Amino acid sequence: MDSMRLIINGKTIERPGPCSLEALLRELKLMADRVATVVNDDVVPSKLRAAHQVQEGDRIEILTFAGGG
Amino acid sequence: MDLLKLGQHTFTSRLILGTGKFSNAETMLKAIQASGAQLVTVALRRFNRERPSDDLLGPLLTIKGLTLMPNTSGACNAQEAVKAARIARELSGSPFIKVEIHPNPHHLMPDAIETLEATRILAAEGFVVMPYMPADPVLAKRLEDVGCAAVMPLGSGIGTGHGLATADLLKLIIRDSRVPVIVDAGLRSPADAALAMEIGCDAVLVNSAIAVAGDPVAMAAAFALAVQAGRSARLAGIMSQSEEAVPTSPLTLFLADAGPIHQTNQKTV
Repeated sequence: MDSMRLIINGKTIERPGPCSLEALLRELKLMADRVATVVNDDVVPSKLRAAHQVQEGDRIEILTFAGGG
Repeated sequence: MDLLKLGQHTFTSRLILGTGKFSNAETMLKAIQASGAQLVTVALRRFNRERPSDDLLGPLLTIKGLTLMPNTSGACNAQEAVKAARIARELSGSPFIKVEIHPNPHHLMPDAIETLEATRILAAEGFVVMPYMPADPVLAKRLEDVGCAAVMPLGSGIGTGHGLATADLLKLIIRDSRVPVIVDAGLRSPADAALAMEIGCDAVLVNSAIAVAGDPVAMAAAFALAVQAGRSARLAGIMSQSEEAVPTSPLTLFLADAGPIHQTNQKTV
């Protein structure tokens, strides 16, 4: 597998690629139903994460709910 | 039954709670329960791997019957707000969205033009759109025209505690609105909430006043009572004001016949 660079929440990481978004979340030890995922400005719904392959240079935002008024 | 209707959704509580600024999640959850709120706002944020406990979704889901209303805070224009709303819906599973677009961090005043545009787009996408807005009666009607479920004019600036500084404008909005009017921002004490309800607001949204109170849980309960009192008073019909005093007791003249008052204290022989 080639190495690929991903920008996750603004931070660049390197990992072997390609992989699915679902596998990436698992690797990051995130509870999949507690986060929303956005890849290059497009929302990727949780049910599509297994089929969504992340690519070299992808900007991935992983978001959750915090307190707010 | 006296219900708050937002889109196709109904609520018995007219107190909406913000979840920001609480010192910890446990206090926030207890305050929500003490307030009887059925609708609470949340904000989107990047997941922080170092502090996974910051995540509020898990704790909030433990309260039965609670509906989440994510906000678009952080958005500086309509495009960003629409994007935030779509992300939030994916995460919350809730159709509610509080459109909140305030580009200037010093006063946090909502951008009327961008708010109108975001509301138009999101209403067309089927969201239950709740725009945070300046207390502007003209804008309120424009937001209604593009399909908002309620308007949320500010009482005063976010977190300022200046209460209902916009009361006269709120009355104009309330008089003409065909959608619920919810005062959002600036309320400081339960008296402000009661007054908002008395002048005819359909609900109030409170965050700072509860979250930063000495005892947030007790304050949440106090706000709940105030909202109920104000609503009941509004429905009961509040008396009109008069420039002249109007007596509540009969002003008969029988005392005048008894002579000067001091005589009644003298011993009689």
